[in-house]
Amino acid sequence: MLSGKGGTGKTTVSSALIKLSEAKAYADCDVDAPNLHLIMSHTEVSKNRDFYGLPKAAINQKICIQCDLCRKMCQFDAVEKINNSYCIHDLACEGCGVCEMICPVRAITLKPSVVGDLMLYQNGSVFSTAKIRMGSGNSGKLVTAVKQELKAVAPQASFAIIDGSPGIGCPVIASLSGVDMVLIVAEPSVTGISDMKRIIATANQFLTPIAVCINKYDVNTIQTKRIEVYCRQHHISIIGYIPYDTEVVQAVNRNQSIIDIDCKAGSAVRKMFGIIEPFLKHTIRTKESKNE
Amino acid sequence: MKVAVLSGKGGTGKTLLSVNLAAVSPRALYIDCDIEEPNGRLFFKPAFNKTEFVTVLVPEVKQTLCNGCRQCVDFCKFNALTYIKGKLVIFDSLCHSCNGCYTLCPKKALSPKKKRIGRIQRGVSRNVSVTTGILNVGEASGVPIIKKLIKSASASYALHIIDCPPGSSCIVMESIKEADYCILVAEPTIFGLHNLKMVDELVRLFNKPYGLILNKCMDPWDPIEAFCKERRINILGRIPLDQDISKLNSEGFILVRTKKAYKNFFSALLKTIQKEADNQTIIGA
Amino acid sequence: MVIALPVNDNSVESGICCSFGRAPYFLIFDTKSKASLFLENYAIQEQEGAGIKAAQMIVDNRVDALLTPRCGENAARVFKTANIILYKTITDSVNDNIAAFQKNQLSVLSQTHAGFHGHNGE
Repeated sequence: MLSGKGGTGKTTVSSALIKLSEAKAYADCDVDAPNLHLIMSHTEVSKNRDFYGLPKAAINQKICIQCDLCRKMCQFDAVEKINNSYCIHDLACEGCGVCEMICPVRAITLKPSVVGDLMLYQNGSVFSTAKIRMGSGNSGKLVTAVKQELKAVAPQASFAIIDGSPGIGCPVIASLSGVDMVLIVAEPSVTGISDMKRIIATANQFLTPIAVCINKYDVNTIQTKRIEVYCRQHHISIIGYIPYDTEVVQAVNRNQSIIDIDCKAGSAVRKMFGIIEPFLKHTIRTKESKNE
Repeated sequence: MKVAVLSGKGGTGKTLLSVNLAAVSPRALYIDCDIEEPNGRLFFKPAFNKTEFVTVLVPEVKQTLCNGCRQCVDFCKFNALTYIKGKLVIFDSLCHSCNGCYTLCPKKALSPKKKRIGRIQRGVSRNVSVTTGILNVGEASGVPIIKKLIKSASASYALHIIDCPPGSSCIVMESIKEADYCILVAEPTIFGLHNLKMVDELVRLFNKPYGLILNKCMDPWDPIEAFCKERRINILGRIPLDQDISKLNSEGFILVRTKKAYKNFFSALLKTIQKEADNQTIIGA
Repeated sequence: MVIALPVNDNSVESGICCSFGRAPYFLIFDTKSKASLFLENYAIQEQEGAGIKAAQMIVDNRVDALLTPRCGENAARVFKTANIILYKTITDSVNDNIAAFQKNQLSVLSQTHAGFHGHNGE
């Protein structure tokens, strides 16, 4: 599930589809701001794991001779001099290793650094998610780790839903790789359409079938039409039209999915699931017969 | 006064707020630091656009001086260098410009060259000077663009509104570094609260005075009100959940330039923010 | 001829891995002598540029051709420079692909994808 722009309703729609499809495996790959766990009723994390990124530099004060060479050479302003003591600003350090290399007395070493936390929930279904720590750079590898956890713990599951991250960069590409279908939650607005085009261009590079659903389509029928025209030109099916519905927020705030209550948006998602279901079943059958 | 607008999560109304605050002030500089999806310009549609390219230094090699010792290949933490069939092959897009390879090459075969990673566009939309940072797709880091955006922000504007990227990564941190005051934007939903907690942590880490604006409000929602009370976060204003606002925003209209009621609303909001910012910077929040 | 295949574990039965750069192991196979060895792919740990580092490993092992379901553009550039040809695998089975390769039934991999290279601040 992707969107390009943030705030289009991706997580709300994902949670509804997970419930409708009774998926036994799902993941939240929006590691910058994971939200799926707030709606899915999991209470306890069964596994919590540190995720290591590029190592960060650390200065041994006992050896340091305060020659200032590391501070002069650091391109990321990560070396600070506080009261004659040199130390590394963790959030700025990129782990390039230049300071370690040039220190004349070998006072600096690169040490492993935790950049994220992986979480796994299990209670009949397997839910893999993670949160990247503040200031960390690349989250693509953490996204890959979330998917790998899911695959490792639920290898027998025939079907999984991945709530992807917004944007078009590396974490999205990592969410996207190896999937059988992409569903884009589009927003009928100037910015929403601009971002939708970029995410479609990104997804197209992977030759994966793409479908679009328009959330809050009735807020702006002109922009909705623009999405329709664009999708028609690019041979992309629009499989769902979800109306603007204030009941959605009420449900979400009660930790309920929109299909747990009786509302317009929920009905629209049910209808959409009715369209996707045969495609999914067919893909699963085809893959299973290939493996035999 | 430099005001940074951030939210942690995308789609909460950062750009809506930033754009309208800038537009309703007598004269302001709007800086779009959301360099991957810069959307402010879609609202302002600025004229007289000047483009300035942002470059970083990446290595280039004189193959005749290279003796294949591979020290640079082994050193590079970002895998930007490879040695293939007697040639050093360089991957610009992975280079983080740490300068390590030139420093250690025993044959001085490597030297820096400029590479464009993005651009800054400057234009004007009535009372607002619009500066937009754009990162080229596939580049390793946008931090140099943010640094340039903030550094080159003209001091001749009394008010700077910095529209920050979503999340809490290094480009967000870079965007708020020089800010005098931060405005957090959150939706009163469980998602909004969850993300507010993240971004609250971030501004506290940077010791920035800050306040909160709630967007897409219906009836007051207890959990977020309680959180704000507990953390002593000042709620500066509430923007209602309103189909008219959604519609106008979705069309790319700047609310304060469209209807008087919105102009009055954001004007009052700006006054509140300025008063609050002045107070907090004196007290030293 | 020496060929390489990305595999899921250090056994033929583990099957072809869907990714090149982050495949846990590579099978190196000499079609003439039938000798084979499994290389652990250290690039899997990499934050960015895994494809490049993995490709460097393949080059360093004097491989002539790589059989893979797909390949990123950075790794592809390494292979092009090294004159290593890429072939597209047809199934998940190592043996099927090696057999097909030896019968000249595999087609050259023509499309490479944008890498998962480091990109922050989404």
